[in-house]
Amino acid sequence: MATVSPTPLLKDELDIVIPTIRNLDFLEMWRPFFQPYHLIIVQDGDPTKTIKVPEGFDYELYNRNDINRILGPKASCISFKDSACRCFGYMVSKKKYIYTIDDDCFVAKDPSGKDINALEQHIQNLLSPSTPFFFNTLYDPYRSGADFVRGYPFSLREGVPTAVSHGLWLNIPDYDAPTQLVKPLERNTRYVDAIMTIPKGTLFPMCGMNLAFNRELIGPAMYFGLMGDGQPIGRYDDMWAGWCTKVICDHLGWGVKTGLPYIWHSKASNPFVNLKKEYKGIYWQEELIPFFQSVALPKDCTTVQKCYIEISKQVKAKLGKVDDYFNKLADAMVTWIEAWDELNPSGDISAKIPNGASK
Amino acid sequence: MSLSIKDHEIDIVIGALRSDLTSFMSEWRPIFSRFHLIIVKDPDLKEELKIPEGFNLDVYKKPDIDCVVGTSTSTIFSGYSCRYFGYLVSRKKYIISMDDDCYLAKDNKGILVDAVAQHITKLTTPATPFFFNTLYDPFTEGADFVRGYPFSLRSGVQCALSCGLWLNLADYDAPTQALKPEERNSRYVDAVLTVPARSLMPISGINIAFNREVIGPALLPSLRLGGEGKFRWETMEDIWSGMCVKVACDHLGLGVKTGMPYVWRNDRGDAIASLRKEWEGVKLMEEVVPFFQSVRLPREATTTEDCVAEVANVVKEQLGSKDPIFARAAKAMVDWVMLWKSVGSSTSSPGA
Repeated sequence: MATVSPTPLLKDELDIVIPTIRNLDFLEMWRPFFQPYHLIIVQDGDPTKTIKVPEGFDYELYNRNDINRILGPKASCISFKDSACRCFGYMVSKKKYIYTIDDDCFVAKDPSGKDINALEQHIQNLLSPSTPFFFNTLYDPYRSGADFVRGYPFSLREGVPTAVSHGLWLNIPDYDAPTQLVKPLERNTRYVDAIMTIPKGTLFPMCGMNLAFNRELIGPAMYFGLMGDGQPIGRYDDMWAGWCTKVICDHLGWGVKTGLPYIWHSKASNPFVNLKKEYKGIYWQEELIPFFQSVALPKDCTTVQKCYIEISKQVKAKLGKVDDYFNKLADAMVTWIEAWDELNPSGDISAKIPNGASK
Repeated sequence: MSLSIKDHEIDIVIGALRSDLTSFMSEWRPIFSRFHLIIVKDPDLKEELKIPEGFNLDVYKKPDIDCVVGTSTSTIFSGYSCRYFGYLVSRKKYIISMDDDCYLAKDNKGILVDAVAQHITKLTTPATPFFFNTLYDPFTEGADFVRGYPFSLRSGVQCALSCGLWLNLADYDAPTQALKPEERNSRYVDAVLTVPARSLMPISGINIAFNREVIGPALLPSLRLGGEGKFRWETMEDIWSGMCVKVACDHLGLGVKTGMPYVWRNDRGDAIASLRKEWEGVKLMEEVVPFFQSVRLPREATTTEDCVAEVANVVKEQLGSKDPIFARAAKAMVDWVMLWKSVGSSTSSPGA
C-alpha cells in the first residue's frame, strides 16, 4: 500500500480569518493547530473596544474605523454588527487559502477521543480534487482507504480543483430559529466520517462557522452580503455567499466539498433574537432558491468577477421586486467586486487553473 | 415520520449464484426469518441449491422461470440478473435485495446491523433531492434540516430506492481492486443521504431495496456484457439499471437515498482474473454516463413504464449505432416493460 504523504502546513499560504465582537479566548484551545498561521481578526461592533489577542499569535486586526479608512465609501458593502463583516478579511488577505472560524467554535474530538485538527483536514480537502459530475457512493475517493466505485467512468476520475471545503459542527448544530425553538436541547452527536463533493447543479446551505476556501480561485464570490445594523435581515450572510459561490463553481468547473472536519460548536445563540434576524430570510429564501437554481451564466463569464457581476444584475432584475433590499444588495455586490479588484490588482483569476494535487 | 410497515409488505429477494446458501441464510436468519423470501437460482447454476429449513420462502429455478416467461426469454435472467425474476414475480410493496455473498456487518459500536430495518426506514421516510442538507438525512433521530434549508422543501418526496454500502470487499471495478489487492473498506460512515436530483451515480445491485409499486419496472435486466460472468467485476447490468432508475425517479419526482445500511461482503474471486477476462464494462461507462446525463424525458411520461420505454427509445436512437450491445439493451428494455405488464402484476392485498 502506498504511503500517504503528510499534509503540507501551508503556513505561508493560508490566512485564518476570525470575526469577533467579544473576545478571542477560544484561540487558546486552537493554539497547537493555529499558531503557525497568520490571523486576520475582523473586529465587529464598537471600534473603541480593545480586543485582546492571546500572546504568541501573528495577526493583523481591523476594526470598523480601519474598514472605513481602507475602503472609503466602498465600506458601505461591509456589514456592521454582524459576523458577515468577516469577508473584509478575505479581501485584505494576500494568501492563497482562507480558513474562517467563529469565536465560539472549539476543537472537537473524533470517535477515538483524539483532538481533531480541523485546519489540516480542510487543507487536505482543498488540495485534493473534487468530483462534482458523478456521485461516488463511497464518498471522497481520494481519501486513504477509499476509491471510485464500479461504474465510475475513468475519464472523470481526475476530478476538478476544489474551491471550497465546508466543515461541520458537533454539539450545537446550525439550525434556524424555528428549529431551535422546537428542539432547544438537540445536540449533534453524530460523527459522520465522510467528505463528499456536492454535485454540480445542487445548491446547499453554506455555513461560515468552519469554512475554508481557495481564495485565489473563488475569493471574489465570498461576499457575505448586507446584514446586521440597518439591514432587514441577519444570519443569511453565509447562505448568500454559498449560493453565489456554488453557482459560480458549477459554471467554472470547480468543486465544493462538505463533511469533515468537525469542530465543537459551544454557544447556542438566542432563538428569539435569531428569529427576528431570520424572519424575512425564511420568506425570502423561497424566492431565492428558485432564483439561484435558475441562474444561467453566459459563456463569456470566464472569471469569478464577471460571473459575480452577472449574478448581481440578475439579482436586481429578478429579486428587486421581492424587496428593495435586493436592489441595495445588488449594488453592494458590485461595490464589493470593485473594492476587491482595487485591493487585489493582480488581475482576474480565470478558469484555467491547473488541477490540484491528485491522489 | 416513518409509516409503520407490516412484515407481509416486504419480500426479500436473493439471486443465488452459489448453490450452498447454508451459511448465508443461517447468518441472516435472525433478521430474515420474519419475512417472505424469494430465492431465484441462476439458471446457469448446475448444482442443487442447499437452503436451511425454517424460512418462509419460494424458490425459483430454471424450469420455473421457463414456465413463467418462456424458454427463449428466460435467458435474460442468467447470472446476477436472476434477481430481476424475483422482482417480477413478487407481489409485495417493498423489496430488499442482496447478493448471496453478503453477511451481517457491525456498526461503529460493534452492534450487528439490521440491514432490512434500515432499508425500510429509508424507504418510508421522505427523501430530499432538491436541496442538499449538510447534516445529511434530516429525518434521522438527532438530526434535522439546517439553517438556510427552504421550508417549502422540508416535507420531501417519496423515497423509491435505497442503496446500501459494503464493508470489507467494496464494490470496486476490477482495475481498481487489482491495483490495490489488499484494500478493504473499513470505514463505517454513519449517514444516510438523498442523492440530489439530476445527479447520477453508480447504483450497485449488491445491497439495495426499493418500493416495487412505485419504481419496480425500472429495475431491469437489459445491458449484458459480452463476457458477463459470475463475479460482480464482470457485470455492469446493475449500473445500467440504476441509471434508468435514477433518471426515472428524477423525472417522476421520487427520491433515491444512499449510505447505510452496510453489509459485510465476503472476499470472492480474483480481480486480476476478472480484469483479464472483462474490461468491456469499464469502457462502456464512458458512453453510458454522458448519455444518461443528457436524457430528458417528455412530460407525457407519467409512469415508470413510460419512463423505461422512453429511455429505451433514446438508447436505440443515440447509442444503438455505436455498439450492438446498446441496441440489444434497448430491445431488452422494451421487452421488459411488456413482461412487467403481463407478469408483474400490482401488489397483492394484505394477508395474501
